[in-house]
This record gives sequence, C-alpha cells and structure tokens, in this order.
Amino acid sequence: MTEESIFAGFGGQGILSMGMILAYAGMIEGKEVCWMPSYGPEMRGGTANATTIISDKSISSPIISRFDTVVALNQPSVDKFESKIKPGGTIIYDASNIINPPTRDDITIFGVAGSEAAINLKNMRVLNIVILGSFIAARKTVTPEAIMKALASVLPERYHHLLPVNQKAFEAGMELVINYK
Amino acid sequence: MGEIKLMKGNEALSEALIRAGCDGYFGYPITPQSEVIEYLSREANARTGMVVLQAESEVASINMVYGAAGTGRRVCTTSSSPGISLMQEGISYIASAELPCLVVNIVRGGPGLGTIQPSQADYFQATKGGGHGDYHMIVLAPYNVQEMVDHVKLGFELGEKYRTPVMILGDGALGQMMEKVELFEQMPRKTEFPDWATTGKKEGIHRSIITSLFIQPEVMEQVNLRLQAKYREIEKNEVLYQTINCEDADYIFTGFGLGSRIAMKAMEMAREKGHKVGLIRPITVYPFPYDIYKEFAGKVKGILDIEMNAGQMVEDVRLAVEGKTQVEFYGRMGGMIAGPDEVYEYFEEKFLGGK
Amino acid sequence: MSTIPNFIEIPVNPEIAQKEFEVYSKPSTLTDKPFHYCPGCGHSTVHKLLMEVVEEMGIQGDIVGVAPVGCSVFAYDYLDIDMQQAAHGRALAVATGIRRMLPDKLVFTYQGDGDLAAIGTAETLHAANRGENILTIFINNAVYGMTSGQMAPTTLEKMVTTTSPFGRDVSTQGYPLKISELLAMLPGVTYVTRQSVHTTANVRKTKKALRKAIELQQEGKGFCLVEVVSNCPSNWKMTPLQSQQFIQEKMIPFYPLGDIKTPEGK
Repeated sequence: MTEESIFAGFGGQGILSMGMILAYAGMIEGKEVCWMPSYGPEMRGGTANATTIISDKSISSPIISRFDTVVALNQPSVDKFESKIKPGGTIIYDASNIINPPTRDDITIFGVAGSEAAINLKNMRVLNIVILGSFIAARKTVTPEAIMKALASVLPERYHHLLPVNQKAFEAGMELVINYK
Repeated sequence: MGEIKLMKGNEALSEALIRAGCDGYFGYPITPQSEVIEYLSREANARTGMVVLQAESEVASINMVYGAAGTGRRVCTTSSSPGISLMQEGISYIASAELPCLVVNIVRGGPGLGTIQPSQADYFQATKGGGHGDYHMIVLAPYNVQEMVDHVKLGFELGEKYRTPVMILGDGALGQMMEKVELFEQMPRKTEFPDWATTGKKEGIHRSIITSLFIQPEVMEQVNLRLQAKYREIEKNEVLYQTINCEDADYIFTGFGLGSRIAMKAMEMAREKGHKVGLIRPITVYPFPYDIYKEFAGKVKGILDIEMNAGQMVEDVRLAVEGKTQVEFYGRMGGMIAGPDEVYEYFEEKFLGGK
Repeated sequence: MSTIPNFIEIPVNPEIAQKEFEVYSKPSTLTDKPFHYCPGCGHSTVHKLLMEVVEEMGIQGDIVGVAPVGCSVFAYDYLDIDMQQAAHGRALAVATGIRRMLPDKLVFTYQGDGDLAAIGTAETLHAANRGENILTIFINNAVYGMTSGQMAPTTLEKMVTTTSPFGRDVSTQGYPLKISELLAMLPGVTYVTRQSVHTTANVRKTKKALRKAIELQQEGKGFCLVEVVSNCPSNWKMTPLQSQQFIQEKMIPFYPLGDIKTPEGK
C-alpha cells in the first residue's frame, strides 16, 4: 500500500496540520511516512499545501508529479490539482467553498459539506479535522484510532481540552463520506 | 533500536547536534534553516550545557566557530546559501589552521538573494573549496531526514579524525520535510581535549598556536603539501555511496541528496515499464565516488544525472566515466524541482529515442 | 648587497653578566624572539607591559590571546602563551568563541585601529554589547601600518597618509572615529581607558590600566577596552622622537588620555 496525497487550501486553514496528523498516524501504525510542506513545482499560485506519503515500503521521492488523493479546501486547489490525480484516484473537496467542482469522470469525487459541519460544531477551526475524517473514510489509509492518537500527540497539551470537539469533527467528516450520495 | 520520532529535517539535525555532545553552536538566522537556531536556543543549554549563541552575522558566527574549534571543542554553525557565501573566508582559515568543525548548508535557490525555495546550486562551492586557497571540506549529502541525523555524528567524527571542517550539504526541502527518524542516544560532551587546543599554556614547554599565516612561501608550500596529503587520505578512506538495482542495469540514474530521491522514483517508473535502470547515489560528494561510476561506465548504455541546479555534479560524473558512456543531465533551477514524470520523459527522449 | 642579520649577537662578558648586577630583564612570559617592529614603535612596549602583568599575576597558563591582522599579526611569536590568529577584523568573534568554550580562562584580543574600528566594527560593537568577558587591547596609531601607511578610521583630520595624500578631507573621507567613547556607551562594557606609551610616566599608567583590566576580567565583569595611543614612525615618515612629539601635540589633543568608563562609575 502506498498513498500519495496532497492537502491544499489557503494558508490558515490548517492544511499543513492535516498532512502532519496523517503522517503521525502512519508512523504510529509502523508505516513509512513523508510530509513535505509547500515545496515543489506544484506550490506556485497562492495555496498552502502539504504532500503526504504513507507507505508499507520505503519512500523514494517526496516530490511527486501525480497523486492518489487530492484534498482541496479552496477553488485554486481544485483547479490546480484535479489534473494531477492518477486515473482511479480520489479528490475530496469542501463543497461549501467551491463554485466549480471537479469534472473528471475517471476519478472518485467527494464534495463534502465540511464548512457546514464545522459551523454545526460552532468551531470553524476544526474544518481541517472534518475533512481529514472524510479522507480517512474514503481512503482508509490509517485507522481512525491512529488519527486520534496522532492528534493528541501533535496538539500541544494546553489545547488538549479541544480534543473532544476534534473527535466530533473527525467523526462528522467520516459520516459525510459514509453517507455520501 | 533508538528512539523513533516524526521530525522536520532541521529539527532532527538540531536534536542530533545536542545528542552528539556538541559544545558550541554559533549561528545567524536565515530561511530556510532558522528552525535550527530556534530549536537549539530552546533545548540545548538546559539539557547538556551546550553554548548556543546568535551572532551578529554569518561572518561573525564562522569566526566564533574558528575560535571555539581552536579550543578543541565540538562546534557547529548552520546557514543557507547567501550566509554560507559570507562564511567562505572563515572556512578557508579553518581548513588551513586544521580545525575540526561542522558547517551545515541548507541550500536555497540563487544566485544573489535568490529564493527561499530548495536548491542544490552550491555543489561547486561546497565540493571544490569555496573560499580562497587550495582546500577541501569533507562534504556529506543527506538524502532523507534520517541522514540529517546520522551525518551530524559522522561529520563530527570525520572532522576530528582528519582535523578538517566538514559540511552537511542539505537543501530547503530536506530541512522542512518531516519523516520518521531513529535518534541515537545522548552522547556525553567531551572532557578530554587534543593537545593542539588553545586552553592555556601547559606547564613547562608546550603551548598551542592556531594560525593559518605562514608568510614564507617555503613554509606555506609545506602546509599545502600536508593538506593535500590529508585530502588524498580522505579520498582513499572515506568515500561513501549507495547503489540500487545496478547489477542488471542498462542505464543508471544518479543524483545526490534530494535529487537522488527524484531519480529513485523515476527509476521505479522506468522499472515498471520494463527498462533496466539502476541508481548511484553519492553520500560523500567530497570525496566523490569516481570509481563506482568508472566501474559502470563501460557496462551501461547511459547515465542520467538529476540535480536541482544547472548541472554541477554532472561534471564529476563526466570526469569519472572518461567519455566511455553517454552522460545526460536533467535539472531545474532557482528553487524549482523536477518531478519524477519529467525526469522519466527526459530519459525516454534522450536514451530511448522518444516514446 | 649585504644580508642584514635578524639581530646582532652582543658578546657577553661573563664577569659582568651576573644576577646581582642586573638592572633590567624581560619578562619570562615573552619568548626569546626579537621583536620585528620598527624602531621606536609602541607595539614592543605594549607587548612587554602586557607580559609583565601576566608574569606578575601568574596567569600564563590561564590566558589565551587573539592576534589580529595588522602589524601585530605575529604577536604569538613573542607572547609566550596559547594564542589564535584571527582573520582581519574578526578577533572579537574568535575571542567570543574561545571565551564561551573556556569560561574559566582569561581571553584578550590585541588589535589595531583598522582591524578593530574599520573592517571589524560589527564584531567589536557586538562583542562589547554582549558584555563578553574579553579584554581588548587597542593600539591606535592612526594609520594602516602593515600595508604601509594608508588612511585608518582613526587618522586625524588633515593628516597625510598614502590614501589621503592631501590630508584627510573629512567632507569626503569621514571623521576620525573615537571608537572607545562609542563603546563606552554600551551597558555590557565595564572599563574603557585611553593610555599611551610615549613617555615613561605614561608607560607606567598603561601597565596599571592593563592590570586593572585583567583583574576585572578575573572577576567576570564584562568587556574591557584599553586603548593605547601609539605611533608609527615609519609610515608617519618621522624619527621615533618626532613621532612621540606628534603623539603629544596632535594625537592626544584629539584622543585625550584617561579613563572613559570605569566600574566605579566614571
């Protein structure tokens, strides 16, 4: 199993953390991991992004041209990365933020209402965790338990009172994909 | 098995400095490696008593390293390309005075102020001397976060073995990316120091002088001969490289540091398509592993070198193969990095006559 | 052409050369190598004074010096202690590295005006501002000696040098820099004094100042600077005696002698 993914959106949306939590969860499960922020030819154009690779075998290049999965939290990210998805790959985007959704018919598309879910939890800052939940439900790269463990490790202790709302956000995100029509 | 952590390259390197029993760090902030001085300022002194000092410039920091190294302590500085350019005079003095120290260059795109994006355009500067006079540093080229850690320990050991400055030649991407690392155990700081160190005149006869000034040319030539003899020793003993899939290879991809990982991915793509491609990755870029290229020069149909610059290491590859095989180069510059796809396409175009 | 010997061996009469007749001897902390400095130059005097203090205080094994680029680049040939030679202007960075590694030792730099106040200004200012426990001995002779007489940052107004051949024109070449007064303003600096070695009385005062500075170093009181207004007969194109007069008549009026800052609160 190798999952080559990229998380992309505006700076401040917690894009880099999404990839970092995934990488951390991969490490907890004993997998090889690589997380690379905002670097490489795909970075130009105002989006923050993090390439995250999780694999059972050792990882060669952290710079990759095509992705198994793209997670896009804004329109420029959809526009930029839709064409970089491998045939049969997946795109997950925040439907509340995107006007022109992806159009390819050789990939799986999840337009999830992430922002709405975050608003329901009265905390826009958990949007990234909502979408990470959707990612895990769609890709099953690591277990949800590993993600929650990773979150507890990545989040500084002074924010640990936020773990319950993050847990809810994560579960809400998973449901968005499980119940996806 | 040591402790396993998920760490950014720059932070892993900083942690390794502390664990290697480094006595002193002198540096000046510059993107993309400021995490090093930040991490050390936070962690180092309380844990090991290591001195961490933010200097007023890279010129000052390398000269602080000179002074501190002259006391026989384990010392280090880190910077990125423009800062390393400023240090060249000091490095030349350090090489001439034969002081061990570690200099880390997290390379960014140039020339000039350039960009903060990753690059490998300082290869010539690192491997061919860099400053004035005939000298070399041992130059280690890590290709992942694990080697950012391992090379710290190796770098200190080689520096002390040969009394020479050692450079770790990384790049902005290696500094910023996170990977799993196995950290070595905390090593004690040194308590015994070499007798050439300036630690106060010893009782009786012995005193230490650290200098690179030998004004009589006859003497300066002897100093040069001694340095050159040392470099020949290093070239004989310390060459490190890795080969993958070379046994049956028709073609060889090559590159150092991050470039070698892009080459590795392109090699995997080529193998999937049935082309027998292998990989040579120099781990020391000075001393350069000329012999391994020479060995394959007559056997393979071609070598493709991938770098994040205009083609620097490729000159050493060409020197090594002595025209016996076709050598092609693919690189991007100024902070742009070639993707494995474009590398593979270039391979098809140059060696397989297009698609 | 005859070869000029390094120094002339004076035949010694063993009947006279007895300890009881001794009126003068060099400190044991100086090597036996004869100074290469020009006749009349202040460097030799300051070297000797410093090493007398080192001998008297019994700190030969506890002190590490840094030689600059300039006439005193070979200071380690004469001062019989552990020393490092620094790149031009970087003596205080080198000394910082040494002192931070050897917190129990005494560290000094020995620098000229070009080294300390031109190419090395940033290192000088910041080492002083960090309050490094370092003593800087600053020889101010208002000229670049080793490179044969170019203008220095401390060259007096209208003073002729090879790069101010019509006299230093402050409108285009800037003003003579009183770096000691500048450094005295910094809180990390404990003791700044300006002395000279052009008369016997001044030689004694300079020695006292050096001793005081080293004692402050032993107490870890921060940065100390002893400036010595000195001469350069060769590049000033003067006899040694004329150069001493020049110090008295021209240098001292602009660079007044005495303490600029003391821990007691001047």
